[in-house]
Formats: sequence, C-alpha cells, structure tokens
Amino acid sequence: MDKKLLEMLEHDGRLSTKQIAMMLEKEEGDIKKIIEEYEKSGVILGYKAIVDWDKTDREYATALIELKVTPQYNRGFDAIAERIYNYPEVQSVYLMSGSYDLCVILEGKTIREVALFVAQRLAPLEAVQSTATHFVLRKYKDKGVIYGPANFDERGNLN
Amino acid sequence: MDYSKFLSDKVQSIKPSGIRKFFDMLSTMKDVISLTVGQPDFPTPYHISNAAVESITKNKTYYTSNSGLIELREGISDFLRRRYDLSYDANSEIIVTVGGSEAIDMAFRAILNPGDEVIVPEPCFVCYSPLIEIMGAKAVPLYTSVDDKFKVTADKLRPLITDKTKAIVLSYPNNPTGAIMTKEDLEAIRPIIIENDILVLSDEIYSELTYGRNHVSIASLPDMRERCVVVNGFSKAYAMTGWRLGYVAAPHEIMAQILKLHQYGIMCASTASQFAGVEAITNGDEDVKYMTEQYNRRRTYVVKRLNEMGLECFEPEGAFYVFPRINGFGISSEEFCQKLLDEKRVAIVPGDAFGEGSEGFARISYAYSIEHLTTALDRIEEFVKELKG
Repeated sequence: MDKKLLEMLEHDGRLSTKQIAMMLEKEEGDIKKIIEEYEKSGVILGYKAIVDWDKTDREYATALIELKVTPQYNRGFDAIAERIYNYPEVQSVYLMSGSYDLCVILEGKTIREVALFVAQRLAPLEAVQSTATHFVLRKYKDKGVIYGPANFDERGNLN
Repeated sequence: MDYSKFLSDKVQSIKPSGIRKFFDMLSTMKDVISLTVGQPDFPTPYHISNAAVESITKNKTYYTSNSGLIELREGISDFLRRRYDLSYDANSEIIVTVGGSEAIDMAFRAILNPGDEVIVPEPCFVCYSPLIEIMGAKAVPLYTSVDDKFKVTADKLRPLITDKTKAIVLSYPNNPTGAIMTKEDLEAIRPIIIENDILVLSDEIYSELTYGRNHVSIASLPDMRERCVVVNGFSKAYAMTGWRLGYVAAPHEIMAQILKLHQYGIMCASTASQFAGVEAITNGDEDVKYMTEQYNRRRTYVVKRLNEMGLECFEPEGAFYVFPRINGFGISSEEFCQKLLDEKRVAIVPGDAFGEGSEGFARISYAYSIEHLTTALDRIEEFVKELKG
C-alpha cells in the first residue's frame, strides 16, 4: 500500500490526503502520518510544478554537460559532485556509466550565461578533466509529461 | 412528401435512444462538468495503437476472413480460456465483430422469430429491447432491485417464463448499476434456464473491469456452454471504444447462422482494428491491470463520498459506474438531474434512461480523473445540502 501511495503522489503531487484516503480506503489521519514520515525520512523530497516556459515570455536556456572528472581518494565522485550540485543553477547531477562520469543539467537565462558558468565554475575545478556542453534546443517530454499544446480531452475531462 | 409510407413500420415504431437525447442536450451547454460518459478516459495503450499503424503502413489493408484474422480469433480463444475458463474453437465458434453492438444485433437476428419472448433484466444498456423488437419478438423486462444488488434472482426470473420465452439477456458486470453476478448467483438461476430450455445472451463487455474478484461467465457453468451466446469486446478493457472491435462466441450451430448475417451485412471488422486487437489480446494484460487499479481507486472514492453526502449507494463491483439512490427529495430522477445541471452545471444520467424500473436512481460514471471527480462531487454535495434545505 505504501508503494501505491508513493506512485499516486509521484503521478500527482497535489492529491489531498482526503482524496488519497478515500481511494485507498484508509483513514485520512493515517495517510497524513505516513506522508509526514516519508517527508521526514526523505523518501519524499519535495513537490514541484512542471512549467513549460516556452509558453511564457521568460528567457531561459538549458544545457546538458558531460564531465570527465578525476575521482578523489577515499570519497570517489561524491566530493566533486557535491561541489557542483550546490550551485543553484545546476538542476541535476548524475553519475554515469560509459564514456564520461558526471552528467550535469544546467539552467540559465541565456546561452551565454550557461556557457560562462561552464567556463568559469565547472571547467576550472581541479578534478574536472574535460567538459562537453550540449544545449537543449527543444523539450518534447520531461518527467513523463509531454510538452506542447495544452492537453485537451474531447470527452470533457478536467485535467 | 409523406415519407412514412416509404419507411419501415417496424423501424418507425422504435424509440430513439433516450441517453443520446440527453447527450445531445448536454453538448449545447457550456461549462458543464459531465459524469455521463460510458467510455474509458485512458488513451488506447500506445503499443496497441502502434500495431494498427504498422499494419497500415505495411499495406495490410485488405479484407480479412469474414470471421476475422485467424491470429486474432486464436488470441481470443486463448484469452477466453485463460481468463474465464471458456473453450471456443477459433475456427468455427468465434467471429470478430464491429464492436459488441454488432455482436448483440447479429445474435438476436440469428435466434429470434416473431412472437418469441426475451427476458431483459433492467436497468440495462439501451440496445437490447429495440433490437429484439425489430425482429418482431417481445422484450420482457425483469426489474432487478437494489435490495438484490441489481442481480437476476430465481424468484424474479421464474414467473416471467412462458412457453414463448426463447432467451434471457445477462449483462454483467452491468451498465448502469456496476452490479456483477458471482458464480453462486449464476448457479441459482442456472436450473431454471436449463429446465425451461432457453438460451442466454451473455453480454460480458465489462468482464475485465471487476474489483476484488474475477468475472465468471455463465457459459463456464456445467451444461451451459451449449445454450450460451457470449458477447465481448475490446472497447472497455483496453480503452478502445472508437476502434469498434468486439466478438461473439457460441456453439458452431449458432455461429453458422450468425456468420451468414455478418458476411452479408458487414463483411469483416476493420482490418487495422483487428491488428490492434491482436496486440491487445496477446500483450495487453498489464495495461488492463493498470487501468483497473486506477478505476478501483476512483470507485472507492466516489462511493464513499456519495454515501457521506447522503446519496445512498450500493457498492458496485464491476464496470465504471455507480448507481446512487436520488429519490429522497420529493422530485423525480429526471427533475433531480435537470436541476443539478441547471443549478450546479454537473451532468449525470437519470436512471429511467436505462429502463422504467430505474426511477429514483442515477448513473454516475467514474471514468474520469480524480480532479474531475472531486470538483463534480463537491458540487453535487452542495446541491444535496441545498435540497435538504
């Protein structure tokens, strides 16, 4: 049942505890408790909206950067990953298998801003051997959600 | 010009579908939250749609055999065996049809003579009686009751049987009530059916959508296969309503007659749909499981909320409808639904659209997202509070 609850929230973080309780035939108080425990223990890390900024007049640029890095004695990749992910501009950091080590997803206001961040913040780091920056030209789908025209349900479903 | 002299008397005597009338009125209104729809809100699973697209681009756009692609019939035969313990020969006892509706129509045409009687348990989907009457036969309503959880009972069935009774329709899981009939329920009416030597048209279109226990087909009970015509299809289970794909399974003596009607009237179901059907029936079990789980959550949510707001609601165990009682306010179901629509812009279908015995109830579909259901139920709750004054 806990897995069900997490799946439901992963799909729609705005479900109320009342809705969840009724759907799973549990007490609302119990659901509240379980969610609070998940939040405390960090199983649930947060709730966010998925925004298609292309539909607004806000400028932004997203890039995926491949980093080859030298792992550190005793701490492996953790220390360098931590130095990188603490920058608020950094959206995601993954340790990868294959031809490079860290995959960094960066967001900035402009391509220039992102490029400067790579040149001034990432490339000079001692552990970083090389960087390869790929700019995102268009988002088609992110976190399971398709970007583009608003979803219109011809049967009249409220989304 | 006076067309009535050109038109079939029989067809003219049939009333148009009441539920359609309601929908047509709805479509002219704005900002209405509807809980009326009888189809899944899920898209057809992508791999299933893709199988059809591929068949088209590979130019598999020919007629199939009249009965349908043999691989589809084999898939259906295998599915019926593994899910419902039914045994039908893919070559001679299964025909792929244009939706369950065609299957029902063809079955009635194959078995009915003028003057025959067919027992039709109500409330039920709207198509049975007109299709029976067009054959010159008579639909005899059996009014199921909420006290029996809308099941057909031996006590209600026995008095309706005459020497003209040819068949009974069983439509479980049921639209609009969400009722099911368990193995025990079916066992209870089986002796009456056998004793009186009548056929069963078992419309099992919602068979995959049950909650808590598996569907039991009456054709799987002892000595029943020989007197059953089983109708099923892809619309509800795989979210494929628009593909128009169904099937009928019965002993080959009956199927030989149905095949003639299907050959002359239809030829074969759409080929692309049939290829989608092959993919659905062979690789679609997981999709059905996922959708059923989603429906189940919505079902428990809707039932609980309706009961809490004082619209008494028996627990449906199949399909995706609930059928609450709405007669505690001194107005008819039609008035209730009209008022709800006018005052709160929420649409539900009055029970009498599903048979005269269903006054006092309304059908609510929960094939909608939980946000949609929540908004609609909030409004219904307000409405009920105001009615109670």
